Amino acid sequence: MSLRRPAKEQPESFEFNASSLEAANVIVAKYPEGKQQSAVMALLYIAQKQNDNWIPLAAMKYIAKFLDMPYIKVYEVATFYTMYNLAPVGKYFVQVCTTTPCMIRGANQLVEACKEKISENECELSNDKSCSWMEVECLGACVNAPMMQINDDYFEDLDKQKTLDILDKILNGETPKPGSYRGRVNNEPENNRKTLMDLKNA
Amino acid sequence: MLKDQDRIFQNLYNDKGSDVTSSQERGDWVNTKEITDKGRDWIINEIKESQLRGRGGAGFPTGLKWSFAPKEVGSRPHYLVINGDESEPGTCKDRDILRFEPHKLIEGCLIASYAVQAHVCYIYIRGEYFVDGQKLQTAIDEAYEKKLLGKNAAGTGWDLDIYIHYGAGAYICGEETALLESIEGKKGQPRLKPPFPALIGLYGCPTIINNVETIAVVPTILRRGGKWFASLGREKNTGTKIFCISGNVNTPCNVEEEMNIPLKELIEVHAGGVIGGWENLQAVIPGGSSMPLIPKEKCETLTMDFDSLMAEKSGLGTAGIVVINKDQDIIKCMARIARFYKHESCGQCTPCREGSGWMWRMLERMAKGDATKDEVDMLGDVTNQIAGHTICAFGEGSSWPVQGLLRHFKKEIENRNNLDPIVQKKNNIPYLVDQHLLDKKNA
Repeated sequence: MSLRRPAKEQPESFEFNASSLEAANVIVAKYPEGKQQSAVMALLYIAQKQNDNWIPLAAMKYIAKFLDMPYIKVYEVATFYTMYNLAPVGKYFVQVCTTTPCMIRGANQLVEACKEKISENECELSNDKSCSWMEVECLGACVNAPMMQINDDYFEDLDKQKTLDILDKILNGETPKPGSYRGRVNNEPENNRKTLMDLKNA
Repeated sequence: MLKDQDRIFQNLYNDKGSDVTSSQERGDWVNTKEITDKGRDWIINEIKESQLRGRGGAGFPTGLKWSFAPKEVGSRPHYLVINGDESEPGTCKDRDILRFEPHKLIEGCLIASYAVQAHVCYIYIRGEYFVDGQKLQTAIDEAYEKKLLGKNAAGTGWDLDIYIHYGAGAYICGEETALLESIEGKKGQPRLKPPFPALIGLYGCPTIINNVETIAVVPTILRRGGKWFASLGREKNTGTKIFCISGNVNTPCNVEEEMNIPLKELIEVHAGGVIGGWENLQAVIPGGSSMPLIPKEKCETLTMDFDSLMAEKSGLGTAGIVVINKDQDIIKCMARIARFYKHESCGQCTPCREGSGWMWRMLERMAKGDATKDEVDMLGDVTNQIAGHTICAFGEGSSWPVQGLLRHFKKEIENRNNLDPIVQKKNNIPYLVDQHLLDKKNA
């Protein structure tokens, strides 16, 4: 299991803003009456998005009230799932996959690049406080290994130099293009496609 | 090689776009009503005849699973849940279905919901696939617009609503009962079975849970007939499957191929061969990280289906093939997989929660050559103490790769680790301590 702790410094209060509230109500309506607890995961995402990519304890209390469920149940969920950040992370949150399929294709080079450009240690903010990185388990893009995720987007088929370039861009406030960085189309074998040729040539 | 017209996922590489119009041109949503008009029993029988086995890893016959749903809807509604929590290292097939063939999945949901009498379907997608989930949501919205979902969906007379539920980075939620817990808004800790979800599942109601790929192939099977599907592959291992070939190959890719295809053909033809040539191959993980690896000698003749891999004491799993060549340290590779399992254990059962950490720490030391002679057998012991002693199959999933390593590469571990036993040398090796609680990093 992964052991996760909430941040020491916590804001006093938390409340959904108008757009979050609207999104939350849409989500609660997805589930049967009386089963509004199901919406807790989605609501935690909304809180995380609203609060600069992390979830304070106050937000958990707020969601507990919102869904009429015990606070401890929300706390349990927030600490169990690893995608909920319990402490502040950068505006650009870089996650590098280092599980075996990525590892054997050189994911450690991506980690080195992050150490050079962002911060020496995982989960540490960069000098300008805009960016942080961490190693994560398999992100499910193994045929595009090695890869990393920045906020919602996948950056695939990387090597050290390409990673450095991408990180430079985000540190300069630009938005790099997600997807493969070896110019291949989705998950097809590069220059070696033997299937569905009619469609390709059509 | 499978003929192109027999490939179900024509848009696997997104040549044509994934919107509803181009999907209809490829044959989705054509005559859906004709299929449902033939009745539930016909659908379930046709799926049984096709011998379709679940594509999520366990390979349970899909038709049989559907027939477990109660025949009459009682006081409790039925649910259909689609498992898109694809987190097995080496697997990335569902992602391509979600983003490039969403209408196959949605139509499959409609037909399956009709067959098991569900009016609500939840699609559980791992949180990391947020962008791909958005693409599926766009497709669902399109389907509602075209009246393919909602009241009287696609003119079939059946009402169906589909909702997406995002996970949040827990591998264990791919286990079906943990997935249900997660949808109910709890920690994703698996439930004891029985009762099986087909009778008591989501919110205590009858629930059928299928993998994304399983459901997405259903409409094509029903259009072309169960016999056609059964004619591909071999007995009990029929049809086509998306294989994900990753690791040390020249052109890693996803490819849809016939079941029972030789592993060598997959690697040499589609993936462009092993980096450094076939002779440089060390081992292959044939079905996602949970499945024991297979050494090179056996890869020559191996065919990829459920039963032939079972005979090699491995398994097809999710068909995520990870090729490892001789440039890699095999012990390190497995130690990394053990770390994955240590990180992802849900913590409910003691053997798995503690044992996965032991395996990881022992393997890390073995990779460095810091272990003693007797620890190699001890590691085997630990794996046996985990497998079969847990609520869900995670125990097996975490110990099988280590057992596979011990089965085929024991010599290599022993050569590297020949320290004297602890008792004689009094080495201070804290393998019994819960070091992960002391370690700040990765705890």
